[in-house]
Amino acid sequence: MAVLGDLDALVLARLQFAFTIAFHIIFPSFSIGLASFLAVLEGLWLSTRREVFRNLYLFWVKVFALSFGMGVVSGVVMSYQLGTNWSVFSATAAPIIGPAFAFEVLTAFFLEASFLGIMLFGWKKVGPGLHFTATALVAIGTLISAFWILSANSWMQAPAGFAIQPDGSLIATDWWAVVFNPTFPVRLAHMALAAFLTTALAVGGASAFVLLRDRDQPESRMALRMAIGMFAIVAPLQLVVGHTSGEVVREHQPLKTAAIEAYWQTRADQPQGLVGWPDRKAAKTHGEIAIPGIGNAIQGVSKETVIQGLDAWPREDWPVVGLVYWAFRVMVGLGLAMIGLGVWGVWRCYRGGPETSPWFLRASVLMGPMGFVAVIAGWIVAEAGRQPYVIYGVLRTRDAVSPVGAGQVSVSLLAFMIVYAIVFSAGAIYILRLMNRGPAPHEEAATPEDRAPGSAMAAAGEEQ
Amino acid sequence: MTLDLPLIWAGLIATSVLLYVLLDGFDLGVGILFPFARSPTERDAMMNSIAPYWDGNETWLVLGGGGLFAAFPMAYAIVGPALYAPIMLMLLALILRGVAFEFRSHGRKRGKRFWTAAFAGGSLAATLAQGLVLGGFIQGIAVRNGAFAGGPFDWLTPYSLLVAVGLVAGYALLGATWVIWRSEHQLHDDARRWSVIAGLATAGLLAAVSIATLIVHPRVAKVWGFTGEGFKPDVFLPHLPIPLLGAAGLGIVAWGLWKRSHHAPFLGSLLVFLSGYIGLAASFFPNIVPYDVHFRTAANEEGALGFMLVGIAILLPVILGYTAWVYWIFRGKVAADAGYH
Repeated sequence: MAVLGDLDALVLARLQFAFTIAFHIIFPSFSIGLASFLAVLEGLWLSTRREVFRNLYLFWVKVFALSFGMGVVSGVVMSYQLGTNWSVFSATAAPIIGPAFAFEVLTAFFLEASFLGIMLFGWKKVGPGLHFTATALVAIGTLISAFWILSANSWMQAPAGFAIQPDGSLIATDWWAVVFNPTFPVRLAHMALAAFLTTALAVGGASAFVLLRDRDQPESRMALRMAIGMFAIVAPLQLVVGHTSGEVVREHQPLKTAAIEAYWQTRADQPQGLVGWPDRKAAKTHGEIAIPGIGNAIQGVSKETVIQGLDAWPREDWPVVGLVYWAFRVMVGLGLAMIGLGVWGVWRCYRGGPETSPWFLRASVLMGPMGFVAVIAGWIVAEAGRQPYVIYGVLRTRDAVSPVGAGQVSVSLLAFMIVYAIVFSAGAIYILRLMNRGPAPHEEAATPEDRAPGSAMAAAGEEQ
Repeated sequence: MTLDLPLIWAGLIATSVLLYVLLDGFDLGVGILFPFARSPTERDAMMNSIAPYWDGNETWLVLGGGGLFAAFPMAYAIVGPALYAPIMLMLLALILRGVAFEFRSHGRKRGKRFWTAAFAGGSLAATLAQGLVLGGFIQGIAVRNGAFAGGPFDWLTPYSLLVAVGLVAGYALLGATWVIWRSEHQLHDDARRWSVIAGLATAGLLAAVSIATLIVHPRVAKVWGFTGEGFKPDVFLPHLPIPLLGAAGLGIVAWGLWKRSHHAPFLGSLLVFLSGYIGLAASFFPNIVPYDVHFRTAANEEGALGFMLVGIAILLPVILGYTAWVYWIFRGKVAADAGYH
């Protein structure tokens, strides 16, 4: 009974972490790209003085404020949840990745939080150069934050630069090796590109939605072209970086590669499975459609090279193969669709403009949210693929959990689900409402729109 | 020269938590006072007075948590499970009130009413939760073999509830005196009235919490010279400046309200909090988790502490510099339509 109780608490703690972090990652992946987009827009406005860039800035900064706010508050949860739910992990990992967390707060969070105030409320308070600097600093802050968190997470994937002391605790032996651990550089590039891609698709989708209604809306025409330019370049680049990331995974986490591709047997000349239903118990993939003879080539090794299959490891070390396998296919499938959309968009740009093709606009709207789906799928590959370890090869997830009972965790999990459902629905409604309205020709800086506070209309209509 | 790294980091974490309490204290306090505002316009002005700052203020809480994880992982790993429920309540409440800053201005009729309530309720609940965390912390946490070894509701006692109510009064005082400083006309006068009430409540509850602490927690009482054998003035006297600072703070609040000063009441309430904070620190030192975990036991490896110290030594002055600059940019009185959408 006690064992069952402990297991329940572990499962609940894992569910809570998965839920809160999957919710959280949506916002950084949008804010990272959007902050850079805003910096570019403001830079273009200051250098060209074309109203279209000013209007786009003032429109998208409102979306940014909504998304960033949700990212901040869901991020505060992460900084405490490690202690409340994963206290053994915290005590074990802090000597190594503690500094990354501290540096993230010191170099990124304060920068973003402070200059966000100027960005959102300073349009009329500070000069244009200073305002642009604030936007640029927020954009830089989002990237610095990605740097540290990806460093810490990559260390958990392929720990380096540390030693295990006689009492079992960890000690850093080489800080450079800890921070720039082997999977970090390529994973940082992969995540940063994912954020840019996600934002480009969202901006493109929102602009296409307005253009379906009003083909001549100048701001949306400009934004759609900028978005196409972005994803047409970044999506193919992401394919290359993603592939490189896969090679790094195969080198440092061969078990994860075996799960991603459902390689059950260790052998040369692995087949390339396209789709199928991996069955962990039977150690085979049901109904698999596979292309024989090309698996090794896709992994970037010769046909004769032996690639380890899951059978090279004891079963209790296997991750949930089906989840990793399918999350990977969703991510790659969406990535290929993004490349297709980019090619189509560039072609449309040379054929009378993207807004002249309703089908392209509809496809862009459909692809608008797909960056988020791909990001979450990618993180599932990374995190579920590392199981049953929380620190690969060093600490198992089941040993990392806090001494907190199932009762408390189930209540807090339920509370998170309710609160996040409210916050997410409201945030999504407000963002979609803004996107539906679209940028205006005379977009206003953060001031009341149609009902100034203090006016009779506001007093009558707002509350009470 | 060798640096005493654990001691320096204990000081840094303590400073970060102090800055959090002072800074987020006033913006949580503004939320607590939200239901007492006369009109939506007053609420808009109150929110505008803190909108550019709240995110930066809350970042000190993230530094407190992240810093504790990084510098005193053992303490972080004990406090999290021990105070699980109030920490979760705090996080959920901070989410609701945090998004309310943006959402409130996007909501239509019902939405706006909902987010107004979420801002007020979230601010109050986050404050109560912080009070329960503080109360549970002062009571002491059961520790065995470097891990939490108590029950899920150890933190819930009449004492911790008293601390929670006291913190609500204190934050309300910070919030009310902040609004005095940053508002004009009707709202300014309302904030003066709130300050009088919150000031009296804070003075009473601060005294009650202090006395209760001495009665309920003999180990703290001993630090202040109240032992089982009687009062020891020689132990108490070195600590005398701490309660005097608190009394001076309350005096400045009262004097400022009397003289209709715009900024003195806020400065006075900051001093009240500073005195309470130093008083607590003096009661626990050198424990980082009362009453069994010495800060040196809980400290991270010297190498990690040294590595981080290089960073914080450079970055902290920069952060304090631009934080002060942002406060300067948005100085002065706010109007209801001072910039939010």
